[in-house]
Amino acid sequence: MNQPTVADPLPGRPRSCVGQFLFGGVIKWILLGCTLLSILTTLFIVIVLATEAIAFLTIESVDLWDFISGGQWSPLLGSERHFGIWPLVSGTLLVAAVAALVALPAGTVTALYLSEYAPRRFRNVLKPILEILAGIPTVVYGFFALMVITPSLRWIHEGIDFYNALSAGIAVGIMIIPIVTSISEDAMRAVPRSLREGGYALGGTKFDVSIKVVIPAALSGIIAAFLLAIARAVGETMIVALAAGSLPVNMVNDGVAAAVDPTRQVQTMTGYIVQIFLGDAEAGGVEYQSSYAVAAVLFIMTLALTWAGAVVSRRFREAYE
Amino acid sequence: MNRGIIGSIVCAAVASFAGHAIAQDLSQLRGNIRVDGSSTVFPITEAVAEQFSKESPNVRVTVGVSGTGGGFKRFAAKEIDISDASRPIKSSEMKLMTENKVDFIELPIAYDGLTVVVNPENDWADSLTVDELKKIFLADSAAKNWSDVRDGWPERPIMIFSPGTDSGTFDYFKEVIAGKKGSIRSDMSVSEDDNVLVNGVSGQKDAIGFFGCAYYMENKDKLRAVPIVNPVTKKPVMATTENIESGTYAPFSRPLFIYINARSARKPEVRQFVEYYLRECPKLVGDVGYVKLPDSMYERSKTNFASRKMGTQFHDDQGEKIHGALTKVYQ
Repeated sequence: MNQPTVADPLPGRPRSCVGQFLFGGVIKWILLGCTLLSILTTLFIVIVLATEAIAFLTIESVDLWDFISGGQWSPLLGSERHFGIWPLVSGTLLVAAVAALVALPAGTVTALYLSEYAPRRFRNVLKPILEILAGIPTVVYGFFALMVITPSLRWIHEGIDFYNALSAGIAVGIMIIPIVTSISEDAMRAVPRSLREGGYALGGTKFDVSIKVVIPAALSGIIAAFLLAIARAVGETMIVALAAGSLPVNMVNDGVAAAVDPTRQVQTMTGYIVQIFLGDAEAGGVEYQSSYAVAAVLFIMTLALTWAGAVVSRRFREAYE
Repeated sequence: MNRGIIGSIVCAAVASFAGHAIAQDLSQLRGNIRVDGSSTVFPITEAVAEQFSKESPNVRVTVGVSGTGGGFKRFAAKEIDISDASRPIKSSEMKLMTENKVDFIELPIAYDGLTVVVNPENDWADSLTVDELKKIFLADSAAKNWSDVRDGWPERPIMIFSPGTDSGTFDYFKEVIAGKKGSIRSDMSVSEDDNVLVNGVSGQKDAIGFFGCAYYMENKDKLRAVPIVNPVTKKPVMATTENIESGTYAPFSRPLFIYINARSARKPEVRQFVEYYLRECPKLVGDVGYVKLPDSMYERSKTNFASRKMGTQFHDDQGEKIHGALTKVYQ
């Protein structure tokens, strides 16, 4: 095969043979190896999750149909064990929904302000500060939820449980604001200046142009940002382990309505996995094995969201250049 | 643990003043000591063994966790030198020992207590009987509201916080409340992390929870311990160190023991280890979450071991079980 000649990065300086060999050969292979590393890791994770989850589903006391349709999750206690995934899924979705309600409006509005309204100098200060928010360890958010958000919520309304989905959801929401802001702001700024000027030429105010021109034009980027942020919220672990509680909603006894009540204690999928691996179950037992099945479901959920994000941003992209 | 380390440093310092007597003696020992038995006693034995191995690096102490019954089986088969036990030896196990000609020395080492706690704002639950606890915790009854537990208590939903199902505390609680066959309800918040339980109970007016008494003592300001009605005297008793020591805090307090094979006790490393155990144990038990015995009990254990007092104190000459507080039994 004919290799295209590599452009010399330092023109004017003759390259030695060894240098040429290193750059063209060895380094290329090292780079390829690094790329393969992440691909292989993903592959192995998928394989491990799949085999262990199948091992769980083939255990005698476990029924596949119960697992995907059951409304009761009580793997450790009680006279009868139940492995119905819905209480964990609903807990996860509830926290993610609250997070989305916080992060999507706040993040989009912030992005719009940064991209359209903020003076450049102010923007240069504000954006790094927002990005600090993304760098805060999640355990700190969890602590914040437990020590600040929960007591505030309970001060407003006494009937809220000490561990509850609302508080955890708000904290997760604050955590994912930077993801929403950063990606949608990039999309908004990528809208060509000529479109805005066209809007102004038609007599639109700045607000008109922002809402009716910039947002529709950047919509694919904004939706992709939403989906990525929600995928992040679904997979969040530390905050929910600290603040959301460890009691899966019993949909059979308490009804499906209980599953959408954010003032109650819930257990998320990630929360359950943490509980099992913190030593609540013997290695190799049914409970232990069940955590892999839960992890597999979680993996499928986040994968679907990320994939949807990619599809949306590709398909609905409005190309102007 | 820190206190233990400081303790051993002080010990070593005292020893060095006393002409290196103890320290030298320990460091020259060699051999293996095999311990197995209760997972409840395990933390104490392990803490002692860890310290012992610092002073006596050539002795290997292995501590297993086969459970009290499993430990006694191996003890009877002469596979181990010391058996950890979270209850006195049973008559059936005594028989096994006689059949296998295993002589042993029984030494009580600590008390284990379990505290039932509620929120400090809970002003109704002034005491709980074992039957009421069964109503709350058993899967069959699974009381929904406090009013289901006792007439006159408010119609507020009970929220339960429980230690992890793999913990000794949970096992112990389950044993008392559900026995061998019963099962504990599933709709409880379960956490291996005691802080989660403390926060949960202290943050929720209708909450109830339980854990080792040592942990309650650390969080006294955030929780309220519920006196448990003694099934014999019918009087509510608080989980205080005194009540646990006197045995009136029943059924949630029990003595813990180590049993030493008499033949093994002749080996210098085992003898030294047991003496070390009785010396260090009072300093260590608090750290690992248990209540220490009265000092007089440790003195008695020391004399019993020195004089090789064989057999158990919990059976009379006819093999009948003797009931009562540890200090009474050991008079």
